[in-house]
Amino acid sequence: MKYLLKHIGLYLAAAWASLTINFLLPRAMPGDPVTSMIARMHGKMTPEQIEALRKAFGFSNAPILQQYFDYMTHVLRGDFGLSISAYPEKVSTIISSAFVWTLLLGIVTLILSFVIGTILGVIVGWRRGGRLDSILPGLFNFLGSFPYFFLAMLTLFILGFLLKWFPLSHAYSDYLSPGWNLAFVGSVITHLALPATTVILVSIGGWLIGMRSTMVGVLAEDYITMAEAKGLPEWRVMFQYAMRNAILPNFTQFGMSVGFILGGLILTELVFAYPGLGFYLIRSVMASDYPLMQALFFMITLTVLAANFIVDLLYVRLDPRVRVS
Amino acid sequence: MDKTTVPTPYNEKCSSPEKRPEGGRSGEAGFFLRMLSQKKAVFGLTILLGFILIAVLAPVITPGDPAGFVGRQNQPPSAHFWLGTNGQQQDVMRQIVWGARVSLVIGFTVGALITLIGLVVGMTAGYLHGLADGLLNVFTNVFLIIPALPLLIILASFLSPGTTTVVFVLTITSWAWPARTFRSQMLALCEKDFVAAAVVSGEGILRIIFVEILPNMMSLVVTVFFGNVVFAIGADMGLAFLGFENVTTVSWGTMLFWARNNSALVMGTWWTFVPPGLCVALVAFATTMLIYAVDEVTNPRLRSEKEVTNVLRKYKVSSHLATPVVRKNAD
Repeated sequence: MKYLLKHIGLYLAAAWASLTINFLLPRAMPGDPVTSMIARMHGKMTPEQIEALRKAFGFSNAPILQQYFDYMTHVLRGDFGLSISAYPEKVSTIISSAFVWTLLLGIVTLILSFVIGTILGVIVGWRRGGRLDSILPGLFNFLGSFPYFFLAMLTLFILGFLLKWFPLSHAYSDYLSPGWNLAFVGSVITHLALPATTVILVSIGGWLIGMRSTMVGVLAEDYITMAEAKGLPEWRVMFQYAMRNAILPNFTQFGMSVGFILGGLILTELVFAYPGLGFYLIRSVMASDYPLMQALFFMITLTVLAANFIVDLLYVRLDPRVRVS
Repeated sequence: MDKTTVPTPYNEKCSSPEKRPEGGRSGEAGFFLRMLSQKKAVFGLTILLGFILIAVLAPVITPGDPAGFVGRQNQPPSAHFWLGTNGQQQDVMRQIVWGARVSLVIGFTVGALITLIGLVVGMTAGYLHGLADGLLNVFTNVFLIIPALPLLIILASFLSPGTTTVVFVLTITSWAWPARTFRSQMLALCEKDFVAAAVVSGEGILRIIFVEILPNMMSLVVTVFFGNVVFAIGADMGLAFLGFENVTTVSWGTMLFWARNNSALVMGTWWTFVPPGLCVALVAFATTMLIYAVDEVTNPRLRSEKEVTNVLRKYKVSSHLATPVVRKNAD
């Protein structure tokens, strides 16, 4: 319990910090971003848009603490204002649709890369010195050296443009409307395949190598020798004795790397024009749509925090030592 | 953890400098010799030095302005233009060679800066204990958990695009991981007897930190530094790809930015985007290999593991048992 409370405190602090960054950044910059934006748009903005922008920043003549307080209460009510690039759409509407796609892509890639990487790591660690051991770690290390978006461009070019095996962009076919039917779900899966594969390929290496090294450590333990001496089947020693004990460090890493993988997703989403949080984040930055941009940043942070919290809950379940202390 | 740790059964062969059996190579020289006997280290060093050499000798290898117009646009590789020309009528080969400069300089600068900040924050936190450590630790963890790339993008969007911006935002968003690593190492080392002895014998704080503790963290500092370089080069690519670097400077990242802007994928001009991406991957891979090599040389546990693996290979025991058994007349 103490473990969880400590972590919840940390997440609250991080959420507060990201909100404060959102609040302080426009104010720390020289000049007033609203004025500079109006100048950049060459008078193409309507007075309503300018008003929306001022409200989004909470810019007023009130003292800074009052502004800060106003900003926080707005955010806590889930009110992020109106988007500027897609005026007068509400920021929260855009975010909720984008969030679904990022969640889908994120969950699929995280879980698949973790599961595949961990199992390969177990096998490679178990048969260390074997043929697989001399190929896989090096191969996935090399793949892991690629920037996410470059591998995305490469797979898109080869599998999408040259071989035409996969669709080139978006989350589902433009001719379909969302619904629970076979055609739509199939379209979603084929559109998901390429972006997910690139992220998985890049991130498997970390899990594999982490798992391999903890496996090798665990294999030297006496209880493994004991289990083998008892004549237990190989798979049982491998997965129920060795893997169960070796997986904890990898699991801690899981929480840490959620943020990293989500960061990688941003650029991947851009390459595949996949309409997730990252895709909109970059679009809003390019369009100087500050209200949308701030809300997206906060939303991505919240996603990472939530993922970390889930990992914490699972960790408590996995490691009895945490439960006791 | 390090070359000065107490000898264990595993590392008696090459750990303690004063009684080394073979050849009497000592200290730093011994470290380098052992590094050179590592395949990974030689591979990593060769590629990394190769790229550094290319960057330094850019004016000799491909003289001329890398941003200059040389001929028709989007020509495929030929004897004249080894890597073809891009959508801007520029020579891709020349851009790769000159672009190495910006990418490597940013990578190594940011790598060094965040290692330094991480060292200062981490060691201070680890040494102080108590409330100060608690505060610094919470601060570090908050920075660690806020996703770096979105924060980078947000920060960069408020600043004018350019190399300085990239270095600045990368540095202030990425120091937390090294800080955390160094802090835990510092905590572990502070428990050691030789630190207690130094405190008792009345050495000053600075001397304890820089003369007693820091040398014992050197291998960690080196691996963390190279890890940061890998991270920085990758993150710089991402930021440049998004247009946060000055897009008129030639770097591997801006090459990808222009490839995307000139719709290289649709045009099928693979020679404009494959080379810069491959170069980054090669540099990152070589640096990672170097990290493994340093780890293996300085970490007795990894070294012993390597020896076990080699023995397994030698006897062709493709271990279907975790506890390998060598049978003399098997099967």
